[in-house]
Amino acid sequence: MQRFFPLLIVIFLVILFAYMLRDGRNPSEIKNIHVGEAIPQFSLTDISNTREISDQTILNEKTPILVNFFASWCVPCRAEHDNLMALANTHNIRILGIAYKDQPEDSRAFLEELGNPFYKYGGDINGSVGFEWGVTGVPETFLIDSNGRVQYHHYGPIVGDALHTKILPQLKNLSQ
Amino acid sequence: MNKLKLLTVSALFTIILIIGNPVKLHANDEPLSDPQKEQIARNLMKEIRCLVCQNQSIEDSNADLAKDLRRIVREQINNNRSPEQTKAYLVARYGDWVLLKPPVNTGTFLLWASPFIIILPGFWLLFRRSQSATSAPQELTSAEKEQLNTIIKADAEIDDEQETRR
Repeated sequence: MQRFFPLLIVIFLVILFAYMLRDGRNPSEIKNIHVGEAIPQFSLTDISNTREISDQTILNEKTPILVNFFASWCVPCRAEHDNLMALANTHNIRILGIAYKDQPEDSRAFLEELGNPFYKYGGDINGSVGFEWGVTGVPETFLIDSNGRVQYHHYGPIVGDALHTKILPQLKNLSQ
Repeated sequence: MNKLKLLTVSALFTIILIIGNPVKLHANDEPLSDPQKEQIARNLMKEIRCLVCQNQSIEDSNADLAKDLRRIVREQINNNRSPEQTKAYLVARYGDWVLLKPPVNTGTFLLWASPFIIILPGFWLLFRRSQSATSAPQELTSAEKEQLNTIIKADAEIDDEQETRR
């Protein structure tokens, strides 16, 4: 029995490493602790001539919505922009945009250039709203259910098959 | 001569290391006006992880997020929050990960216990092995003893012969 001990340890480690190397796992991902919790309180600077946008705006929604932190200076945000447009236009999902540490005119120019996927957007000019949400950079996307709870957090851009393997299945779960 | 040079250089080096390591302030960071509070804030910053650099404290890091967190720590301390309250304030938003030294709780229990979990079975194996090793070797039978004696004797005789030839 004892002779097989080292072999057992090796087999265990191989299984462990294979599991950790599986597809879609991002080791540098920073987990967000708001998942499963109610959304934090916040209010955005008006940069789009909308009425005040706050946590209440989200709580008033009767359907699941996405909250997307973006910035005009953020290159990965450009990469995920097409997917945001598809979510808004093809899948009819409401996305609330939060311009993280961005100048209002820059955010507006960014959306004018690439198209505006947001049903509402506002500014988080000094990053304090990002702090309340535990955001560590842009882009980050949150899926909020109709009760105002965070159901899913997407770290980094929604690129590759992330839209079809992560965001859409999560949305489908919620609408059931 | 060379030795003297070496000594001077190393002495200079030591002096630079001692006095040349001032409490550095990051560019664009505004220290608190109360030096005592600033010191408390500084000490706390060493315990807060810069989340995007993973293994640096916000005191060490130049990242944007670290800069924001330093500002927040200073604000909290300046508003007479204790370091513990400030930590809780950050943990409520970023989780335990924001602390460089994770607290012991149900979520981190395995993390803290893992060295013992790994080491204890090792000790147990070592113990078992030492137990089986201490069982004394068997005594020789009288036949074996005799055989051994004749071998030793024969060997000694050969040695004697060689001695006398020399």
